[in-house]
Parts: sequence; structure tokens; C-alpha cells
Amino acid sequence: MSSTIKSPWIIHYDASSCNGCDIEVLACLTPLYDVERFGIINTGNPKHADILLVTGSVNERNISVLQQIYEQMIEPKVVIACGICATTGGIFKECYNTLGGVDKAVPVDVYAPGCAVRPEAIIDAVVIGLSILEQKRVALAQGKLVSETTAECVTAADKIVDGQTVRAAALKITKG
Amino acid sequence: MTAISFILALVGFGLVAPIIGCLLAGLDRKITARLQGRVGPPLLQPYYDVRKLLAKENVSVNRFQDFYIAMSLFLAILAGVMFFAGGNFLLVVFLITLSTLFLIVAAYSSRSPFAEIGAEREIIQVMSYEPLVILMTIAYFLAVRTFDVGAVFGLSQPIIVSLPLVFIAFLFVLTIKLRKSPFDLSYSHHAHQELVKGITTEMSGKTLAMVEVTHWYENVLFMSWVGLFFVWGSWIGILVAVIVALTIYFLEILIDSNFARVKWQAMLKWSWLVTLVFCTINIVVLIMVS
Repeated sequence: MSSTIKSPWIIHYDASSCNGCDIEVLACLTPLYDVERFGIINTGNPKHADILLVTGSVNERNISVLQQIYEQMIEPKVVIACGICATTGGIFKECYNTLGGVDKAVPVDVYAPGCAVRPEAIIDAVVIGLSILEQKRVALAQGKLVSETTAECVTAADKIVDGQTVRAAALKITKG
Repeated sequence: MTAISFILALVGFGLVAPIIGCLLAGLDRKITARLQGRVGPPLLQPYYDVRKLLAKENVSVNRFQDFYIAMSLFLAILAGVMFFAGGNFLLVVFLITLSTLFLIVAAYSSRSPFAEIGAEREIIQVMSYEPLVILMTIAYFLAVRTFDVGAVFGLSQPIIVSLPLVFIAFLFVLTIKLRKSPFDLSYSHHAHQELVKGITTEMSGKTLAMVEVTHWYENVLFMSWVGLFFVWGSWIGILVAVIVALTIYFLEILIDSNFARVKWQAMLKWSWLVTLVFCTINIVVLIMVS
């Protein structure tokens, strides 16, 4: 077992979440769940973090912020979508201002649905994320890691979201 | 200080200090977790952290930052080696200060607003503890009649007997040097999301790993300074010094867990006040007696 999966540092970003999932994320750090047992630290710095926990759906205002955080993180890195809003957009999916789940903005590795997502589900998702993190570390050490970019997600949004192509195209224009 | 003692100290401190420093850091996190009613990370967690950081992709914000951090690590090791070789105490103090200055310059070199404020907070910390450290070397000279650290083994009684107030003042600023609450204004072990972690904002991967290892070396050196007060011509002195150093370290963890962080004005005011009052009284008494 390598040190990478024994020391996953986390950054948490609230992308227009209702705070329900945010509270559950922070609950993982309390004495009851105590994720520091596994070496998990909640850093506030993308450059220090290995795992990006995102809660809430993505909209036009925060997509650039989320993508910037993802791009500032250093490989190997893993993205976990916490909660149903982060997974698909949830009950806000049809809203005029919502683009959808986090995978419209950044490449997501693990989905943890739930409203609000339970701390156990978050911990399970992080454990799954760790095995992906380890695969990426090995790939990086061998020089085979292909970094996923946020640009691919924007085109994916264009393809997947049928009937919302206008908004996705508008997004492309604003992204230059 | 002879060449042989320097080489012995180089091998001894260079290899053993990071192991002790890592274990101390792990013990710190474990005890802190227990004090908060948590299980806490494994004892070797700081080691895993550093190994993880070394496996990260190599990203530097500029060409100079890695060099500055490497210099900081090198000077911290050199200071420890000089100390354990029985070298000049004043030189040890200057080397370890220079090590911190390189860390500050490294933070400034990134030109990031967070890193700059972090560097400024680190400067305030240096301003707070440096008067004490200089006065402590002067008091050491008055007690031992030389700046050489090795001279303590020729004494009939430990220097704590003649420098009790200096020791208390040193314990006060030790909290700053070990980066513990209430004086963890820069590079705190807690509050990773806050400005107190500002100095490492632009450091990642191998650079951050070097900062961590430097901190291990520093901690061992500072705990050795605690031990220095309790060593005399007998082998029991070393045993006493180790026990006292471990007790003081546990005390620092207790203080860290029980106090809230103060503002920088309070830190500067109190550390200077304690330094001036305690050290001045001790030094004046020492001069009058001798």
C-alpha cells in the first residue's frame, strides 16, 4: 500500500449547494466519524489537495470557479460529486439557471448520491476514490497519466443535454 | 568543535533527527486527537504525508522557490549539526534564523497575496522570538563563560540553576517556535483553510515535503535547546534532559489544544514583555553574583 492512499488531503467546494451536503461533509471531520484516522485533512488549498469534494449543482456563475480549482490541483487528483445535485443536478436540474451535475464542469471520478448525502456514503466514495487515486499515481510514476481537462466536459455537456444545446453553446462562447 | 565531532554530528543529527522529528509530529497529532475525543491518525502519518507529497507531480510557481526552500532545509540541518557537534551557540542561532528567513523569501517569491501575508505573519513571529533567543545566548555565555555548546559537559551543575528565569522566558517563545496555539500565527498545524497557512499557499509536492522535513529538524533542535538547560558533567544529565524535553513537548501539546489563537499584537507585546522582564532580571542577577 503506497503512502498516497494513506494521506488523502481534501478540498471542499460548495457549488450552489443548499448547505445540506456541506454539513454532512464537515460531519465526517467531527469526532463521531473522525476521518483523520485515515490521514484525511480538509485543506483549503487546491495545490495541497488530492481529492476535490463538490457539493451542489453547477451554474453559469460558478462553473469557471470550479474549473479553476480543478486545474490548480496537482496530479494525481480525484473528483467526488457529493449529493444528488452534484451528481445530476437533482431537483434543480430543470431550473433555467442550472447547467446540471458537476460532470458538466470537471471530470468526475466518483458519484455519491443522496439528499443530503450521508457521511457514510461520503466516506465510502472517498475510499473508492482512493483506489482511483492510486491507479493515477502509478500511471504518473510510469509517465502514462493523461490529465483530463475541463474543456472535454463542456463539449460533453453539449452532447448529453438534449434540448439545452443553446445554453451549452452559449457556454462555449463565454468560455472563448 | 573538532572535525571528528562535526562528522559524527552530521551523520547522527542528519539521519536520526528526521526520524525523531517525524515520530514527535505523529505523537503530537495522536495526542491532540485524543484530547479532542478522537481516535486520530496513525503514529507514522507525517511520514505518509511526506511520501505522498514526494509522489505528486512536480509543479513550481517559479525557478527560485525550490532553491530557497532547499536552502532553508540545508541551514536547519547545518544548525542542528553545529549544535550537536558542540559548536558555537550563537552561530547555531544565526543559522536557524537564516533558515526561517529563506522560508520567508520563498513565500515572497511567489508574489501571491496569500503567500505574502503569510510571509509577513512569519516575519512578525521572528520579530517576537528573536530578542529572547539573542538574550538567551548572552545569558548562556555569562553562565558558562563560552559560547561553545560542548562546554556544558564540563559543568558541575546544569545551567538551569543559574538561568531559571531565562528558561521560563524560553518556554514562552518555544510555543511560537514550535508553531503552537496561542501563537500559531504562521504555518499552524490546524486551520488549514485559513490565512495562518498562508506561507505555504503556493508550495506543493516536493517543495511542501521539504518544508515539512525542515520543521521536523527544527523541532528536534528546539527540544534539544530545552535539554541544554539540564545537562551537566554526569551521564544522568542527558537522561534528565530527555525526560524534561519530552515533558515540555507534552505540555506544549496541552497548551496547543487548550488555547485560542491570539492576534499578532498580543503575541508581539507579550513575548517582548516576558523576554525583557525575565531575561533582564536573570542577567543582572548573574552579573552581580559573579
